[in-house]
Amino acid sequence: MITSLLGSLRGIGSHVINSVWRLGVATRFFLLTLFQSGQSFRRFNLIISEVFSAGVLSLIIILVSGLFVGMVLGLQGYQTLQTYGSEEALGILVALSLVRELGPVVAALLFASRAGSAITAEIGLMKATEQLAAMEMMAVDPIARVVAPRFWGAVISMPILAALFSAMGILGGYLVGVVLIGVDEGAFWSQMQAAVDFQEDILNGVIKSVVFGVAVTAIALFEGYDAPPTAEGVSRATTRTVVTSSLAILGLDFILTAFMFRGV
Amino acid sequence: MQRATLDLWVGIFVVAGIAALLFLALKVGNMGAFNGTSTYAVKASFDNIGGLKPRAPIKSAGVVVGRVSGIGFDPKSYEATVTMALDTRYKFPKDTSASIMTSGLLGEQYIALEAGGEEKMLAEGNTLKITQGAVVLENLIGQFLYNKSEGESNSGEPATK
Repeated sequence: MITSLLGSLRGIGSHVINSVWRLGVATRFFLLTLFQSGQSFRRFNLIISEVFSAGVLSLIIILVSGLFVGMVLGLQGYQTLQTYGSEEALGILVALSLVRELGPVVAALLFASRAGSAITAEIGLMKATEQLAAMEMMAVDPIARVVAPRFWGAVISMPILAALFSAMGILGGYLVGVVLIGVDEGAFWSQMQAAVDFQEDILNGVIKSVVFGVAVTAIALFEGYDAPPTAEGVSRATTRTVVTSSLAILGLDFILTAFMFRGV
Repeated sequence: MQRATLDLWVGIFVVAGIAALLFLALKVGNMGAFNGTSTYAVKASFDNIGGLKPRAPIKSAGVVVGRVSGIGFDPKSYEATVTMALDTRYKFPKDTSASIMTSGLLGEQYIALEAGGEEKMLAEGNTLKITQGAVVLENLIGQFLYNKSEGESNSGEPATK
């Protein structure tokens, strides 16, 4: 009885110690990446090719999902607003929900599953095939050469993708609301412009997407770097990247929203 | 992939992102409408501002001429002090009156300016003297019910005689 109780206590203890340990290693890895970024800015071509693989290759999924999210918002919003006789407010509904919340959050979720998982798998495989160890042998710091360019490439891509997502979504809402259903076009745009503030709404959305970009990329890079060098380890690390970064995005979104949009 | 095509794609990507941000700022937000022009601040005290919010429009003859930049409370006079940022293109006489209106029955509230007849024009930091606060719908309904019941008791009087 007592031994089994002690055993489960020991289990809890080792679990806590392991997670704190991992958190510490992850923080140290993140700070190391920031300190080693100088070199990758001097060789900007490295960052550009990472912007290509993280950003440009995610374009299609972001644009198409943005368009469809906006169209669904238009349809659903119209249904609800119609019962209050204020269809013209459709523009406000679509624009505010996209710019403030859906744009940054859904774009970051898609980014985590499209680009984050790719980063983890790539770095995990590099580690498994001992490419990182080979670099260290040649006195090339793998964090400066491999990790930092990926970090900055993804962090640069994320706000661009979120802005494109929001813009496409608003176009989708416009297509459904104005072109398909026939909400008055002037009221759609003018009410939207009256309600959406540049600083309050658009800039805060951009800040959100930058924060999400940093979080997703840091998690993806660390999971890849920390993955056990086996096929199973890489696959687990990829799964963990998607799960952890999705949860991190939603949690951070709540915190940021609570700070940005309280009160007024 | 070749370096040149890669650079080209990244260039297109970044330009598209900037275009999307510009679209959001100019077409979706109110950046193009008012933020670029210079404004001058004018104050006004109201006994009740109702649901007026910062950034609410200030209209004269239905045209937006400025925005509410701040709302405060004066603990001495127990009145609300509203700071308005008016577009420098539009000058108003000193005896301009301000009243808080509602667009539609349940729409957002705005400040309507009615120009007076004085020669001198409003300048930065001036205060509007003639103001009229918001009409609170509940008070109106209360007044209406009160008048109605009073009217009924008056009309009932001759019958008792």
